[in-house]
Amino acid sequence: MITQEPEAKVARRPQGGLGQTLVKFREVGIIAFIVVLATLVTLRNPNFLSLDNFQDIVLNISILVIVALAQTMVIITRGIDLSVGSMIGLTAMMVSYFVVAFPGLPPLLALPLGMALGAVLGSINGLIIAVGGVPPIIATLGTLSIYRGLIFFYSQGKWINAFEMPSGFPELSKGTPLGIPNLILFALLVIIAVYYFLRFSRRGRDIYAVGSNPDAARFAGIRIQQTVFRVYMISGLLCGLAGVLWASRFEAAQTNTALGFELQTVAASVVGGVNIFGGSGSVLGVILGAFLLGIINNSLTLVQISPFWQLAAQGLLILLAVIVDSTILRRLQRFSSRKDR
Amino acid sequence: MTDKPAVIQVQHVSKSFGGVQALKDVNFEIFPGEVHALLGENGAGKSTLIKIITGVQQPDRGQLFLDGQPTHFTSPREAQTQGIAAIYQEPSLFPDLDIAENILVGRQPAGRWGVNWKQMYQEAGALLKLLGLSLDPRTKARELSVAQQQLVEIARALSINAKVLIMDEPTSSLTQGEVDELFTIVRQLRATGTAIVFISHRLEELFSLADRVTILRDGSFIDTRPMADVTTEELIRMMVGRSLDQLFPKQTVPVGKVVLEVEHLGVEGSFSDLSFELRQGEIVGMAGLIGAGRTNLARALFGTEPATTGTIKLDGKVVTIKNPQTALALGIGYVPEDRKEHGLVLAMSIAENVTLPVLAKFATLGWLNVKGERQTASEASRQLEVKMTGVAQKAGQLSGGNQQKVVLAKWLGTKPRVLILDEPTRGIDVGTKAAVHHLMSSLAAEGMAILMISSELPEVLGMSDRILVMRGGRLTGHFSRAEATPEKLMAAATTA
Repeated sequence: MITQEPEAKVARRPQGGLGQTLVKFREVGIIAFIVVLATLVTLRNPNFLSLDNFQDIVLNISILVIVALAQTMVIITRGIDLSVGSMIGLTAMMVSYFVVAFPGLPPLLALPLGMALGAVLGSINGLIIAVGGVPPIIATLGTLSIYRGLIFFYSQGKWINAFEMPSGFPELSKGTPLGIPNLILFALLVIIAVYYFLRFSRRGRDIYAVGSNPDAARFAGIRIQQTVFRVYMISGLLCGLAGVLWASRFEAAQTNTALGFELQTVAASVVGGVNIFGGSGSVLGVILGAFLLGIINNSLTLVQISPFWQLAAQGLLILLAVIVDSTILRRLQRFSSRKDR
Repeated sequence: MTDKPAVIQVQHVSKSFGGVQALKDVNFEIFPGEVHALLGENGAGKSTLIKIITGVQQPDRGQLFLDGQPTHFTSPREAQTQGIAAIYQEPSLFPDLDIAENILVGRQPAGRWGVNWKQMYQEAGALLKLLGLSLDPRTKARELSVAQQQLVEIARALSINAKVLIMDEPTSSLTQGEVDELFTIVRQLRATGTAIVFISHRLEELFSLADRVTILRDGSFIDTRPMADVTTEELIRMMVGRSLDQLFPKQTVPVGKVVLEVEHLGVEGSFSDLSFELRQGEIVGMAGLIGAGRTNLARALFGTEPATTGTIKLDGKVVTIKNPQTALALGIGYVPEDRKEHGLVLAMSIAENVTLPVLAKFATLGWLNVKGERQTASEASRQLEVKMTGVAQKAGQLSGGNQQKVVLAKWLGTKPRVLILDEPTRGIDVGTKAAVHHLMSSLAAEGMAILMISSELPEVLGMSDRILVMRGGRLTGHFSRAEATPEKLMAAATTA
């Protein structure tokens, strides 16, 4: 929001000081919220701090982190991808059919297959938006329904259940050859890849440039259409990966797999400080955002809130987190600019 | 005229924006039944004066009088209720509302169940008739021509019983026939005692319409004269007459071979049939008023608004420039007029901005060498003396002058052979201005060909080897450095 501040006010801000360091560290608000929430929950139920519970939370948010990072890249370009849940569901279903049909093939093959499939679905979104010029919210709202519809068409409404799957397939996410479940490893790999992509690659830089000032990006010779197309394709690709992992983890592919998941991914991004109007957002923030969502889900059960109230409580906590975050940020900014004068 | 008190009197008004003095001790008065022309170059302070009269901005010093009483408008709404209405170059109607709704917006006659539509259409119809317009008040605003939209705005002004009507370049997008129609209505309004402030750059128009004229220059009041007593030459002299000593003149360097040739270039709706050439080591100034098509020309050369007719030759070879990527590859750089909109990504760091057009140079297989990037950006910023805490500082935190230096560093990094500068020193302080001029001069000395678009005559006169003037999308003047005078340039920019 620097752009809206009067020039003179921000022109000469000296470096240094705790306030300044904290302002630069965008994620301070959400961390504060996580700490407070964790403390309160621990007071009610000390089990919250156990290692088992922690692993449980991490396992539960692994897929969310992967897709939320995809969503974040899209949001940075001023877009939104509402079709992520449907893309996950469709790839989960198609890949599951594949592993059931060819039980002899190595389960690892499901990964490239799912990602390729997802990339195709994402590319369709990208074409509609970047070439067709349809607003992202409309385009992906359309493909949300179309892709979900294809799941029914493809499966004829039938589910694929655990007993049909070859035994190696669930191991894809649950195996622990390196000591921790593969699912968490996949999430870590995606985190590292996206971090490096956004921070240290040309195309990653383009994404931020296009999102924060499309005109200046165009004048600098950046191809806007390509950049926009690319984020939707990547979003599809990561959803494909998530779809395979989802089917493997829950040992099932259903017509309602990942139904409504898009809202969680948007929530994780926004709670993590990604600007919904584009231009800014960090990988660390999104991880924290997803982590906070995971803690909220987990703790609502731990402190025994009635299931009837859980959804409302979840929404309330998300709103609270965003408000606390922006309040802290604003306070710190004011604090540090006051010190200048 | 002087027997009645002035409707609006502005006394000793000053206003500055962040160190830039927009108005200095300006006096201005307007009487009922008068058409008063306000004249001055771009940036002379006309708009600021208008904004103070209409309550959009408040003066730093000085006093406003309404009908002889000291007054103080804190908002445009307050000025409106006092009978001050303004019409701008671009009509500001609600396109999806009809004429009647637009005229009476916010003041719709109330009926028992909300708006009394019948009364509303009657009132609007009566106003249209008063203006001699045969428009159906139920027509949607988006279906009207620009001229018709302006007339609807005049009807809106009438409906609030405007005592003062301010018209800011109302004729700039009208045809001659429409202008005549508008003038008839303006004269009618004058006859009924409305005071009209009329801004236009077309001097011939002012002679046929205005009673008096006030000239502003560099934010200062120059003179108010009866229109019948002044000549075109006098007006131009009053508008431009200022000393050129504050400038950093270009050093003379031998001019090399032709780099860029433009032949009969045109973009539909912006400019047409433009031909000129640009040589190595040469700075060609492009003068003209805002809206003359100069920026469109720059964009055609840079590929953001590709040309629709004519040819562009680079080193004698015909090139097609369809997008900025091509322009960059051909060695054409463009420093756009609006730093914040087109020049910089404010949320990004200085380093990221500087390397944006040349990112490929810092990438191996798509992965960036961030260290090398920072180094290059540091060197470029140091060379241009950008005042910053470091290249990691966000561009949005810099002052205007320093932002402009970053934009320059950015485009110089592309090593252009042809550099187009669009208003390179607008809104920056004198020191930075001199630094930019110095830089331009040394770039030309190194053999770069520079096209400088500028609305500031002293800058054009001081920095250019040759000067082109555009007016209404056409080239209307071509002067060598020796033959150019402010008066000649202004005449080419304002009169047919």
